[in-house]
Amino acid sequence: MTIIQAGQSRSFSEDALEALAAVKSDPSMLVFLGAQAGASYQQWMQAESSQHRDLTLILIELDLECLGQYTGESQGLEGSKVLGFARYLIGQKPTALVELVRQPGSCEQAIAKARNCFETLGLKLAICADRPGRIVDRLIRPYLNAALRRLDEGLASAKDLDATLRMGLGYPHGPIALLDQMGLADHAKRSSYLAQALGDVDFIPARRAQVALEREKQSDGSRTQS
Amino acid sequence: MQANQHSTQQVQKLAIIGAGTMGTGIAIVAARGGCKTFIFDHRAGLAERAIDQAKIFLDRSVNKGKMTVHERDEIIDRMQAVDQLDQLADVDLVIEAVFESLQVKHEVFQALNQVCKPSCLFASNTSTISITEIAGGSGRDDRFIGLHFCLPAQLMKLVEVSRGLNTSDECFERAWAFCEHVGQRPVHTQDTPGFVLNYFLIPFNNDAIRLVEQGVASPADIDVAIKAALGYAMGPFELLDLVGMDTQLLLCEAMHGLTHENRAACPPLVKRMIAAGRLGKKTGIGFHRYSDQKIFGA
Repeated sequence: MTIIQAGQSRSFSEDALEALAAVKSDPSMLVFLGAQAGASYQQWMQAESSQHRDLTLILIELDLECLGQYTGESQGLEGSKVLGFARYLIGQKPTALVELVRQPGSCEQAIAKARNCFETLGLKLAICADRPGRIVDRLIRPYLNAALRRLDEGLASAKDLDATLRMGLGYPHGPIALLDQMGLADHAKRSSYLAQALGDVDFIPARRAQVALEREKQSDGSRTQS
Repeated sequence: MQANQHSTQQVQKLAIIGAGTMGTGIAIVAARGGCKTFIFDHRAGLAERAIDQAKIFLDRSVNKGKMTVHERDEIIDRMQAVDQLDQLADVDLVIEAVFESLQVKHEVFQALNQVCKPSCLFASNTSTISITEIAGGSGRDDRFIGLHFCLPAQLMKLVEVSRGLNTSDECFERAWAFCEHVGQRPVHTQDTPGFVLNYFLIPFNNDAIRLVEQGVASPADIDVAIKAALGYAMGPFELLDLVGMDTQLLLCEAMHGLTHENRAACPPLVKRMIAAGRLGKKTGIGFHRYSDQKIFGA
């Protein structure tokens, strides 16, 4: 496996990267990691495209963006041995989940190989289509916005909201505690991105998240000036 | 004096109306908590089946060493199926767990009001319909309370306690004391659509169903993702299969009818699954397939 790193990986720490490299000595796998992973893949394709045919799996680490941004799309028939992936983070803390992004025509052998690779690392794999927010963000951002709105409206205290959802559904944490771990400002950024990408008002960040984001901007501005 | 008598009067006998998944779970909670528990369902054989399911559930507790055979037998002895409402004349509390229809609930409580003693409290396990509205057609709206247990009731401790506009303090206190007496954790919620739990849960589950409709991911992958990322014990489709598509439809209709929020509207796939008989665990197939129809935890 060859790893090309383009910026800091959201999915893997340095230690985990070593484990990732060690887990497979398969030379037919290529992984692009880091904040510029997709752009790095595009540059590699321009320079080294002849190597492409010798590979059986190419993985590109994603943040919020779609895989098609880097691979191109074609009338719903796109797909190859190039797959996207993103480790799900709660704040800065990585969870056990990897969302593996496929396209309609993605190679099934490549998917199987990617599954084997991530599961060997002890991670859980969920396969999803190349859509904004993939699975988890699509489901929890509206839920978290609703919780913040209802908190403003006085449905219950933050403590009671969390306690009810913890005890009633066996959740390890309620929505307000989860937002504390994720960071309200970060929630605002991600939810705002999805509101624009999906055109869905339920993703528009709730007031409290917008306030937190504005305060973060003010704080960043103060630091820049000083 | 009257108020004190009411607030200290312990619920010793109660009735569960509706022997579906929720009713069965609540009956286990009540009998396990020491109450004589009558179970009524107008559908022949369902009350008896609820007791059979309770036995299976409690057998597992015995096998796990959580209770003795003697304790199990005592709990089962406290459960009794009845086929006539007038057998409930002497109960202290009635908990209704029939499906989410205001008209049906009114009919049930009007009939009960004719036979139950005046001090008997009426409670609804509704998760979406206004307690004040149900109480308004019960004939005793001052002795009416919302007691919303969570699925599976026999395992989940939470009870959302909601008072209607005319619910007396005495009624609230007795209902609260009952919850604590049988080992549950009551929380006070407002009489608003979905209270707290379903206000969040119904749209969340609908969003998950829409991801499947839109081809974003399979139910199995969505369940894996939610459990792995958020540490939830069950994925949304495992929970939906437990709730049942028929119940999800009723919950959506009740909640969307009150809130008109898009996320509460029932996704078309739910109606197609009902038409196909894929109601969930109770029919052996929903979003997942099941080899048995035992209640959760059994």
